[in-house]
Amino acid sequence: MHEMGIANSVIEAVRKEAARHPGTQPCKVGVRIGELAAIDQDALRFCFEAIARETDLESLQLDVEVCPRRHRCSACRREFVVHDYDFRCPQCASLATECISGDELELAYLEVEEYGACPAGEKSS
Amino acid sequence: MERVPLEKKVLSENDRIAADLRARFQEHGVFCLNLISSPGSGKTSLLECTLGAFPRHDRVAVLTGDIQTENDAIRLKRFHFPVKQITTGGTCHLDARMIERHLADWPLEDLDLLLIENVGNLVCPSSYDLGEAAKIVVLSVTEGEDKPLKYPSIFFKSDLLVLNKIDLLPYVPFDINAAADNARRIHPGIEIVKVSCLTGAGLHEWMMWLEQRRRAQKQLVQQPVG
Repeated sequence: MHEMGIANSVIEAVRKEAARHPGTQPCKVGVRIGELAAIDQDALRFCFEAIARETDLESLQLDVEVCPRRHRCSACRREFVVHDYDFRCPQCASLATECISGDELELAYLEVEEYGACPAGEKSS
Repeated sequence: MERVPLEKKVLSENDRIAADLRARFQEHGVFCLNLISSPGSGKTSLLECTLGAFPRHDRVAVLTGDIQTENDAIRLKRFHFPVKQITTGGTCHLDARMIERHLADWPLEDLDLLLIENVGNLVCPSSYDLGEAAKIVVLSVTEGEDKPLKYPSIFFKSDLLVLNKIDLLPYVPFDINAAADNARRIHPGIEIVKVSCLTGAGLHEWMMWLEQRRRAQKQLVQQPVG
């Protein structure tokens, strides 16, 4: 259970970025999490909301994009999403494929609005 | 509304410190390993066997992580190599800053092998780069052969799988070939050694792997490219 630390790092990054946009308020932060990143999305969301609660970031939404494991075929260069640990190239059937993504733990974007303009609505998105 | 692209790692601060550590290890020819497993798989036992096999004045040191107690450091200090305990006080993994802090008064030029024993946990340590040259995952035969499929991240990121406690194979329903196949399903290139820290079986193979990688790191320093 290290999602609290991860959530804290996300909030810190938001504060750092928000400081560069005076007069605005952060509304939504986008993160990318690979399926190999060992991060539980629900736990991350729970921690994120717990840290932001009763602070100026209470209305901040967390947008999680889950990234699948992707391989590239060394023979024909085809890139494909791996399902159920099947690493065989769907184009040429070669087994010589290499993992090119799926362990992301990245900050993608931050949305900022003028003060008071953030949509209050759903916390989860 | 304005959308600002961030495009950076969530753990960029940890990664920055880890990159700095890695550069220092490379500069001094220190081969650093990060040992990860669930609690009780035998990381400390493997380290005891490893330290016991080195000559007394070998250039080896150990950092060992736990949530509480100095027990592991006490066990490992019997071998007369520098050992430091990192007690995290609740944190379920080691991070790069803890390594940096605990290395502060150890001259790296006196070392060429640094063994880091992570907190017993098959999940969280896999997210934190410690500047190591390689991660090693230890799995014992009492844990179930489907662990690589259940905890893919650490098997994906490890160079070597040490299958420990093979002396118990006659007594437990553990299919060691299935365990190896499962690990290769997650990480086709993973190397595997099968050991028993109790009987010593397979430890020669583990030491060969270690020495080979350690020598390769040393040569990297002695013959800098470019």
